[in-house]
Amino acid sequence: MTGIQQIGEFETDPAVWGVNFPNQWDRWKRTTEDTAVTKYGGSKPIDKIAENPRIKILYAGYPFSVEYNEERGHGWSVVDVQKIKRLGDKKPGTCLSCKSSDTVKMWNEMGAEKFFNTPMKDLVAHADNPISCLNCHDPKTMELTPRNPAFLAVMERRGVDLGKATRQQKRTYVCGQCHVEYYFEKKDNPILHFPWDKGLNLDDIEKFYDEKGFYDWIHPDTGAKLIKIQHPEFEFWSTGIHARSDVSCADCHMPYQRIGSRKYSDHWVRSPMLNVAAACQPCHRWPEQELSERVLAIQDRTKSLLNRIEIALVDAIAAIKACRESGIPDEKLAEAQKLHRRAQIRWDFVFSENSMGFHSPQESARWLAEGIDYARQAESLAKQLIVR
Amino acid sequence: MGKRRIKLLATISLGVFFGCAAFTFVYARGYSYMSDDPNACINCHIMNEQHDSWLNSSHSAFANCNDCHTPKTPFAKYWVKAGNGFRHSAYFTLGNFKEPIRITPGNQKVVQDNCIRCHSDLVDSIHPTNDGQLDCLSCHSRGFHRL
Repeated sequence: MTGIQQIGEFETDPAVWGVNFPNQWDRWKRTTEDTAVTKYGGSKPIDKIAENPRIKILYAGYPFSVEYNEERGHGWSVVDVQKIKRLGDKKPGTCLSCKSSDTVKMWNEMGAEKFFNTPMKDLVAHADNPISCLNCHDPKTMELTPRNPAFLAVMERRGVDLGKATRQQKRTYVCGQCHVEYYFEKKDNPILHFPWDKGLNLDDIEKFYDEKGFYDWIHPDTGAKLIKIQHPEFEFWSTGIHARSDVSCADCHMPYQRIGSRKYSDHWVRSPMLNVAAACQPCHRWPEQELSERVLAIQDRTKSLLNRIEIALVDAIAAIKACRESGIPDEKLAEAQKLHRRAQIRWDFVFSENSMGFHSPQESARWLAEGIDYARQAESLAKQLIVR
Repeated sequence: MGKRRIKLLATISLGVFFGCAAFTFVYARGYSYMSDDPNACINCHIMNEQHDSWLNSSHSAFANCNDCHTPKTPFAKYWVKAGNGFRHSAYFTLGNFKEPIRITPGNQKVVQDNCIRCHSDLVDSIHPTNDGQLDCLSCHSRGFHRL
């Protein structure tokens, strides 16, 4: 692709790309709008803890119980990652990985490993641009090109040749390099990894973590070794019907739009619920109202299951806590703690994912149903111990 | 058998063969398949539905069946026509096909090429290709006729 502006191999400033691609640039800039609200999401930074105080109990002992807001658009990424109180100044460079186009340049200059181990506050001085062009595109060919070293590494381990990926797959992969579940190998060595070696389904991810004996933190009330799930949109989508039908992330979140006499991918990345006509109707020829209602029906059902599992988890936590307070040793609680871990990962996988179940309705309902069962089993086991 | 009788038999056989062929060609309106007239496609009634839905679609004002379903170079065009014609007559004669009829992968590729041929100015920025990477028909399958 040619243009009037020469774009360098590591051009991080989207304004330079914008000279050649004014339409994409104009729409991308709108990702800084932060007032749109959908029933279960949007771009307004709503305080999730105030909205749902139960998560303070469920995330107790982990930074997510300190501050947890609804995320804003790509244009805010650098500003927001600095403002968030969760880890304060202790944030490692890893936290900047998916927040700026400048990271692509830094990975090239300093190497990924050094980048991950440098405190974020030292790197952020060089991060002038939020998530933008260089994160997804090759400046020479404009070809979609995932850059995140953790994504490239795990895909190689899984035997996926990214060089052979179709354009349609790449329209998901560039999103899947960040909208995922991830973990650090060790706390003092925050190298970014994706837990996909066994597969992308939650069952595979859980098995991977179990075999590694991995945990993010120990819940202070129950002593259970828990996993904090991040935002597994890519994994979640991959188990759903849209993935089965070869519908990519961009098809719904960056739908084609006509500007003048040409069609473009809408670079104002946002919820399809704010743009049902372009996002859903090209394939689903039903009235907007009906489509919205069908999405909301799925989301309402997921929300009601989430409420049930949260109540079950709070009950389980209380029961195990009571056991510990009455002097029952942790060895006797091992089974209940394991059940807490099982229930919590299922709740968190659906809760932390940004679609309220929509990306994979049937799987999310299954995970939540299993989770409710595990939580109630944990509760009943703990109660039996206390009676004895 | 005398030479004369063989000649006579051969002449009659050839005459019957070419006579039948000529009759079939005229009766089945074989010449119409050389044209671009959509009516040729409903010589056999199984295409009626496709023809009707095309007639009611926005495309009927600009494109006929061949504009989407055959390649544009003369040789390729008649090669595809001949292939499809052979398959259609075989299927209809033997009756071993399923309804509703489905487009073959090869013919689908022809259609995709033609989508891009007419709409290239509009879709240039979204890089559609004919290698199955971005299939126009995966979303735009309705409106012309159901595939």
